Amino acid sequence: MTDKKTDHTDDAPPTTWKKGDALAESAIPGEQGNSLVARAVTINRPVGEVFAYFRDFANLPTFMENVERIDILDAKRSHWVVKAPAGKTVEWDAVVTEEAQDSVIAWTSEPGADVANSGRVEFRDAGARGTVVTATIAYDPPAGIVGKLIAKLFQREPAIQARRDLRRFKQLMETGEIATAAMTRKQHEEEMA
Amino acid sequence: MRALAWHGKHDVRVDTVDDPEIINPRDCIIKVTATAICGSDLHLYDNYIPTMQAGDILGHEFMGEVVEVGAKSTLKKGQKVVVPFTIACGSCYHCGKHQYSACDNGLPADNQDIAQELYGQPMAGLFGYSHMTGGYAGGQAEYVRVPFSDVGPIVIPDGVDDEKVLFLSDILPTGWMAAENAQIEPGDTVAVWGCGPVGLFAVQSAFLMGAERVIAIDHFPHRLELAKRFGAETINYEESAVYEALMVMTGGIGPDAVIDSVGLEAHGFFVDNVLDQIKASTFLGTDRAHSIRQAIIACRKGGRVSMPAVYGGFIDKFPLGALMEKGLTLKTGQTHVQHYMPALLNAIMEGKIDTTFLISHRMDLEDAPKGYDMFKNNQNEVTKVVLKPGFN
Repeated sequence: MTDKKTDHTDDAPPTTWKKGDALAESAIPGEQGNSLVARAVTINRPVGEVFAYFRDFANLPTFMENVERIDILDAKRSHWVVKAPAGKTVEWDAVVTEEAQDSVIAWTSEPGADVANSGRVEFRDAGARGTVVTATIAYDPPAGIVGKLIAKLFQREPAIQARRDLRRFKQLMETGEIATAAMTRKQHEEEMA
Repeated sequence: MRALAWHGKHDVRVDTVDDPEIINPRDCIIKVTATAICGSDLHLYDNYIPTMQAGDILGHEFMGEVVEVGAKSTLKKGQKVVVPFTIACGSCYHCGKHQYSACDNGLPADNQDIAQELYGQPMAGLFGYSHMTGGYAGGQAEYVRVPFSDVGPIVIPDGVDDEKVLFLSDILPTGWMAAENAQIEPGDTVAVWGCGPVGLFAVQSAFLMGAERVIAIDHFPHRLELAKRFGAETINYEESAVYEALMVMTGGIGPDAVIDSVGLEAHGFFVDNVLDQIKASTFLGTDRAHSIRQAIIACRKGGRVSMPAVYGGFIDKFPLGALMEKGLTLKTGQTHVQHYMPALLNAIMEGKIDTTFLISHRMDLEDAPKGYDMFKNNQNEVTKVVLKPGFN
């Protein structure tokens, strides 16, 4: 039977649909923007450990390349400071919209954000393989000055940036460090800047 | 420090560059005592491999003394180690299965994009082999930063000559895995295309695994002579028709297992657009893959095809029908070096495998550019160049 709204009969995630309204079907509460990207990675560590590290948003800048810092305001709210061109930063407050221990965490930016965005990250116990982490990000596509900021925020495009950030998260959880080909500490610092 | 840096086609120089430093906790720094020029380094030298940058330090076969360790390295200063050419974390799912060359975490996150697009998933990092494989500085240098030093390098007992163990870094495990992938059974006849270092180690390994006969195929007389020394029969493809010779030599059956250690290395790691460009301007796309086609056609029905040779992109006219109709098994892959090192070190120590026969030239690191030139222009005589810092 086909779903009237989407005309989809298969089990593929909405973010991979070639047709139909993936956004309408997405599970991001309070989503912002009209573009969607999803990436999945399997991390060879127990789900409890992976979830706990991610849930402490202050940890996110260790693997999210363009996030300078995240200040925890209270149990639900956090303040994000993200690198922008010319040494500037963009900032917003985010509020957790959904949370289930070892299972899901979702957030959305509050009104007045420099860049409106929202995200939802699912964690699934994958037994001997560890934990499957699936991140879905909704955002406004680049346009004008905001577009430039977003381009910096996401390097090239959100799909690539999300994939790279998840790879770094996996590296950190599995190996305790993030791989680099830098030869000297100075070179490494320049890469991180 | 001094290091052999790539500057362009047929332009490699020994430059003075910054010494490497410990960056991540699992790193170590080694002072190189011996390093070799690999056949695949010639493809960088010939400028066949994209994503090279001027100043990149080459070399993926090297060993040395540990001079500095990160907080989580398990090595100790003063230890002598051989370093695998594949950079693998030891902690991911694939490393857990000893599929080290398929490591999820060996490449920096940003460098994983090209392999992800080209192959579907990113592979392990490699030392000194373009930015597509991580952009890691290589071992033809006085010092090297070695990531994941707690799981990669193998410690060599005191008093063992560098030359006996250096090839644990790449070509010995690669030849051994080639023979293992041929799933050799006692009494088998195994044919090996290519008598470069990998082919010659595959010949030795095949005999150790119980092959009754090994037939080695090449066109360099000196290399065929080395294969003969290990008990192989030989076919010089410039003198004889390979398929016809193999069929007569095997009583019309064909070899039970075939090993292609020639390959299409010049095509390694090409991305689509580069590949198209090359195919348009040369006939490499159809000609250089000859060995794998010939191996599949010659292989007996129900036999095994092992492909250690490096193929990076796409080839035309692949005999898929022969592979299917004859029910062949094809096994291949970049070498899981870390998996094979301990057993092969033992085999060397017990005298079961000869490694030093391969070395034809020894030089100072400062003379490396001359070594590249010799290796490229005289492959018959120059089987292996070993570089040693401070040799002169």
